[in-house]
Amino acid sequence: MRELSHHILDVLENAVEAGASAIKVHVEEDLKADRMVIEIVDNGCGMNPRVIERVFDPFYTTRTTRHVGLGLPLLRDAARRCEGDLDIQSEPGKGTRLKVTFRRSHIDRAPLGDMPAALLAILLSERPVDLEYSHTIGSEEFRLDSSEIKKELEDIPLTHPKVRSWILQTLQEGEAGLSDG
Amino acid sequence: MVRLKNIEELKKIRQEAQKDLLVRTQTGTRIIVGMGTCGIAAGAREVMHAILKELETRKIEAHVETVGCVGMCAKEPLVDIEQAGKSRVRYANILPENVPKLIEEHLVKGNVVQEWAIGRVDAKKV
Repeated sequence: MRELSHHILDVLENAVEAGASAIKVHVEEDLKADRMVIEIVDNGCGMNPRVIERVFDPFYTTRTTRHVGLGLPLLRDAARRCEGDLDIQSEPGKGTRLKVTFRRSHIDRAPLGDMPAALLAILLSERPVDLEYSHTIGSEEFRLDSSEIKKELEDIPLTHPKVRSWILQTLQEGEAGLSDG
Repeated sequence: MVRLKNIEELKKIRQEAQKDLLVRTQTGTRIIVGMGTCGIAAGAREVMHAILKELETRKIEAHVETVGCVGMCAKEPLVDIEQAGKSRVRYANILPENVPKLIEEHLVKGNVVQEWAIGRVDAKKV
């Protein structure tokens, strides 16, 4: 995957598949410590220790539609290439917390990429989910909480053409407003 | 934080949308993009983005949704188009540059693009 936002979208899609109704995504770029941390927390079905042990095995998947599960192995490799790592904690029935770290300035660290498109792809999922997103670069922060948007919209779905344009534009403006340090 | 200006815009959108929502949800078009690991790696997100842009340019109001892997990984990116009263058509290996033709032929002219279509899907079984 060419961008970190592709990996993030992949993990978010896993969370949706795991039946999550609420997902939190936090991207933190600490300029002083030269770290980049991506944290994704969901309230999906979670995994038991036996499943967690195998999630980094590319030939393991809980799916019945195919026989490989490459998402997490690829992300962990991307992090380890950049002096970082991937940590995953999960409890059946409660959800999963995933934390990926990178050395921010590492030459092999892929760019974050198009986060607005990645987040929109999840907000348009056929299984509706609440998404809380925050991105900090140094002391600047951008946040968006889809449950607040839903409250404003009352019965209008996020997939409504005008609403999705608004979401994309808001995400793009918010991300563009964060200076790159 | 989301700026206040944007929240005001959202309120306006809600008021406008409430008027026409009933009609749209009953007679609407759905475009469904596969967004599993396989889809993402094959460029599904970029295809979704191209679809949104094309719909906006042509002022076509269709619902766009994403779904997980359906097990046809080699055929990703997969795009299904479902129109009220018609069966759902599945297109395979769609690239962003294919999107204008797909929208033009299928949604505007009402023709299935045979070269990319791989089958019809019974919506109830998906």
